[in-house]
Amino acid sequence: MSKALQFFTPKASNSNGAIFIDTGISAGFPSPADDFRETRISLDEELITNKEATFFAKVNGQSMIGAGLDDNDLLVIDRSLEPENNKIAVCFLDGEFTVKRLKVRDNEVWLQPENPNYPIIKITEENDFVIWGIVTSVIKKV
Amino acid sequence: MYALVDCNNFYASCERVFNPSLQNKPVAILSNNDGCVIARSDEAKNLNLPMGAPIFKWESFCKHHKINVLSSNYPLYGDMSARVMKILEHFTPDVEIYSIDEAFLEFKGFDEYDFNEYGKIIRKRILKWTGIPTCVGVAPTKALCKVANKIARKFPKETGGVYVIDTDEKRIKALKWTAIKNVWGIGRRLQKRLEAKGCKTAFDFTQLTDDWVRNNFSITEWKLKKDLEGIPTIALEIKEAKRSIATTRSFEYTCSDIENIKERISTFAASCAEKLRDQNSSCHMIIVMLSSDRHKKDAEQHSASKTVIFPYPTDSTLSITKAAVEAVKTIFKTEIKYKRAGVIVTGLVPTDNHQLNLFLHENPKHRPLMSAIDRLNKKYKTDTIKLANQDLQRTWKMKQERLSPKYTTKINDIITVK
Repeated sequence: MSKALQFFTPKASNSNGAIFIDTGISAGFPSPADDFRETRISLDEELITNKEATFFAKVNGQSMIGAGLDDNDLLVIDRSLEPENNKIAVCFLDGEFTVKRLKVRDNEVWLQPENPNYPIIKITEENDFVIWGIVTSVIKKV
Repeated sequence: MYALVDCNNFYASCERVFNPSLQNKPVAILSNNDGCVIARSDEAKNLNLPMGAPIFKWESFCKHHKINVLSSNYPLYGDMSARVMKILEHFTPDVEIYSIDEAFLEFKGFDEYDFNEYGKIIRKRILKWTGIPTCVGVAPTKALCKVANKIARKFPKETGGVYVIDTDEKRIKALKWTAIKNVWGIGRRLQKRLEAKGCKTAFDFTQLTDDWVRNNFSITEWKLKKDLEGIPTIALEIKEAKRSIATTRSFEYTCSDIENIKERISTFAASCAEKLRDQNSSCHMIIVMLSSDRHKKDAEQHSASKTVIFPYPTDSTLSITKAAVEAVKTIFKTEIKYKRAGVIVTGLVPTDNHQLNLFLHENPKHRPLMSAIDRLNKKYKTDTIKLANQDLQRTWKMKQERLSPKYTTKINDIITVK
């Protein structure tokens, strides 16, 4: 071999060797499911209609057990929804967040718990009161 | 027409959304490390708590006036800002995010619109959906939007938080009301030169001749003048992904130990790398900076920076921290008390389509490792996984003694309701 020209041999790659081809290679019968592929179910999409206005809160206490809101449940709250009679709302009442069912009649607002051990609350001018958002779903561990 | 939507006292407002008992009470937010006041509610401003007040000096003042002092909660402010900006996209496709709490909108083909009404709808929706109060200034140019916004903010009762400059009469009145130092882009030095020339208000500035402004200042001031005259000259800047990312910090104490400095640099570099991956960029170059405390006049001063260019663009924490630590070793001088350090990554390219180098490339094993680290850090908590050269016994934890919960970004921090 001539000394002027030296040949190098490429070193064998130490990778796993297989090349992944994303689109797949036709070899045999194509999967009949390919044409019907759909995206997986997303809980975010099911539970959140308005991302920008959605917040979460954790339930503390028993006041709404009748409506299925147990201690430590996760609430999905949509601030963009209008407060209406019978909706479950997260409110800020006199320095504390609370979740109750809204009762609106004859220009009066009441916060109704769903537990006979808790009193219904009438909102008056004296109260520091804000309806913070409307509860749209409850997520609970079983 | 353009609009400027500006969130009122944004940081304080974010805190109030999740802690409504702070409503109508003075609130002040501190800088990183709880150093000084960087944001104030109207109530705190009215008590004359100055911007930039070092909290150790003003602690008793705040106690006396019952000012609620909080550490800055950037994850919360960032998320609330993203919500506000996204809502703005409902109103026009052309949105320029100008800062964390303000955005310019452009209305092309909205000729028949009642902008006062439209501005009120924007305000109302942002307030209802996010709880953040805003002001809206509408005008034919961006510089005039700034002026209109100030008017809306200053006269909430009369304007309802929305002011539209749509006639020349209103424009002139607004400009005469605006002191030259409050004009967008007029800094302290420019203000002095203009005042010497007899310019007291924005209106006076528009009365100067174009030639004089261009000869004595620069094209920027000339553009500003045109904008204030109602001729749109400053265009909307739709931001692309950031062109450089920096993490720089002052230390709580000065530091002259190379091991500690290496740790800091490594942590900053890791933070830059994570931000790079977050926006799907890789960097060609990093700059490492180190400087002593320039306020300590008696101590020996030293500041230096070192640039490292990579043979191939990278977003790997391993490569970036390694280069940063090597770089800081070359600029570090013993006997100097360092107070500040930083890492900047720049020369950014999209990770997916950068030019391949025939001979040199990132170790392919880094990519899956980095995505695994990012996933774990996002899922559990920041810095669950870090490099061994980061954070020696957590010496450097940021001082955040008055931090509110991360209500929207950490599941264990969400509000509880009874």
